[in-house]
Amino acid sequence: MKWSDLPALNVAELRAALRSRQLSAREVVEALRDRIAEIDPRIDAYLSLDVEDALTQAETVDLDLPLGGVPIAFKDIISVAGQPCTCASKILQNYRAIYDAAVVEKLKAAGAIVFGKTNMDEFAMGSSTENSSVKLTRNPWDLTRVPGGSSGGSAAAVAADEAFAALGTDTGGSVRQPAALSGVVGLKPSYGRVSRFGLVAFASSLDQAGPLTKTVRDAAMILNAIAGADPRDSTCRKESVPDYTANLDRKLRGTRLGLPKEYLTDGIDPQVRRAVNAAVKHFESLGAEIVEVSLPHTEYAVATYYMIASAEASANLARFDGVRYGHRAENPRDLLDLYGRTREEGFGPEVKRRVILGTYVLSAGYYDEYYNRAQKVRKLIRQDFVEAFGKIDALISPTAPEVAFRFGERSTDPLRMYLADVFTIAASLAGICGISLPCGFATSGEGTELPIGLQVLGKPLKEAQILQIAHGYEQSTDWHKRKSPLAKENAERRTPNAQS
Amino acid sequence: MLPKTEIDVAHVAKLARLNLTAEEAALFQRQLGRVLEYAAKLRAAVVAGVSPAEENEEDAGETPATTPQREDEPRPWFTAEEALSNAPRQSNDLFVVPKVME
Repeated sequence: MKWSDLPALNVAELRAALRSRQLSAREVVEALRDRIAEIDPRIDAYLSLDVEDALTQAETVDLDLPLGGVPIAFKDIISVAGQPCTCASKILQNYRAIYDAAVVEKLKAAGAIVFGKTNMDEFAMGSSTENSSVKLTRNPWDLTRVPGGSSGGSAAAVAADEAFAALGTDTGGSVRQPAALSGVVGLKPSYGRVSRFGLVAFASSLDQAGPLTKTVRDAAMILNAIAGADPRDSTCRKESVPDYTANLDRKLRGTRLGLPKEYLTDGIDPQVRRAVNAAVKHFESLGAEIVEVSLPHTEYAVATYYMIASAEASANLARFDGVRYGHRAENPRDLLDLYGRTREEGFGPEVKRRVILGTYVLSAGYYDEYYNRAQKVRKLIRQDFVEAFGKIDALISPTAPEVAFRFGERSTDPLRMYLADVFTIAASLAGICGISLPCGFATSGEGTELPIGLQVLGKPLKEAQILQIAHGYEQSTDWHKRKSPLAKENAERRTPNAQS
Repeated sequence: MLPKTEIDVAHVAKLARLNLTAEEAALFQRQLGRVLEYAAKLRAAVVAGVSPAEENEEDAGETPATTPQREDEPRPWFTAEEALSNAPRQSNDLFVVPKVME
């Protein structure tokens, strides 16, 4: 294998080459380092990169472990001991984590090499990565457009072949939506399936960590490593973890897929709708049965989410007070002045908006009207899914109502940005699992190809089933084989070498 | 039920221990006003007799999860040095804060 071909491999391919000792872990890290140096100045997916540390890990890694020698990038909200963990916020700009998150421990134990922290919307609040206080990350399919968010750095890195796989976090769609907009696979496990120990908390009743990968199989391999009980996260589920790769090739004949009628209404880009309709036909051709279902409370999901997530964020972000870590305002007059100015200087506009919104909906006189009511509606949204899942095995829908948008197109209108998550949010509120995978391309006004994501939602803890459905679709279509122009450019430049 | 969605951003920012400039306060007042207008659609949802979702509820509508317990035993954790390694100001192995009592 040629050096420059290496970053184009997916995790399963990379593992085959490492297992058979065609490649060493050191070669893999070096090839990826070179690829990042070449491509990242145009994408800006990474916030920090510790090459020395990755090479040290490569020295001792056990290549016979399930992910032995596979470098994985982490959204900069996930603690890696000794590395920055900034949440793309000024308030944590000089913070270094002092311990590993559970997902980091588990991936290391599975042989993975921790390599690189990726850009994101500040504290995971956003849908375009434009809320990063550090820099914009560009979409590898069209550099004038956003990669989605909030795990936009992770998605763009995988799409540009400058990461084999990455971890993100999904609170209302922050793994699935950037996966869709960047043309990769993104999995949000069920609430409680993966420990959040060591993740900087945003909305604790919603947050989950999940992989962004080139293929569905890769997502299953990473979920195998990160799923499972952890006494340090009291919301973590104790149910045993199956081998998510075991039944990927099972046929879809007889699988009952629900099409929520509320998800195919107005406001969807016609090209997205066409691609999803074609995916539905394709599933039928694979022998799946399509059943129209109703999730009647869908229209309330976005409002419910912003009440609950903002309330929880306002409580979780109270810890940033200028005392124990992070930014601290100079020469405080008194304690209130220290808090008020530290937070004014440290938080960006979207974080401030949500802290204020959350404080408001929890404040005396408004709690019942907003927060408590939202929790009741959340229950109705959950019941919608329970009822639907009585008739079907999984739901399919677009992941996002439209394809990647241009920088600045949404960022001046918070409400419009919030609506970008309309199809992912209800599943987060219900705590169920979901995956986004490529299902076609739209053509932009300028003639660029923009990826479209298909979302498959499954019952709680039925990740194996949605992975199997997604894999069945993926392996009988060619969408996942298409490379972004920036990834292709690399391949084309290599061609002369191939002949020499 | 309250008559209308009116948020006093300057007041709420005080509750949130978050200083805002006058421009920010005015901008957020407008933007959050619109968000709350949108959220007012929750009033149309029929929630009579519905109990609020619990933070730790089992999502399949099965039995609610119980709060896990663990033994109250000492375990290896951060050293003082580690815990203070990100402190913006420290002295004598302690975090420094402004005086809180006269």
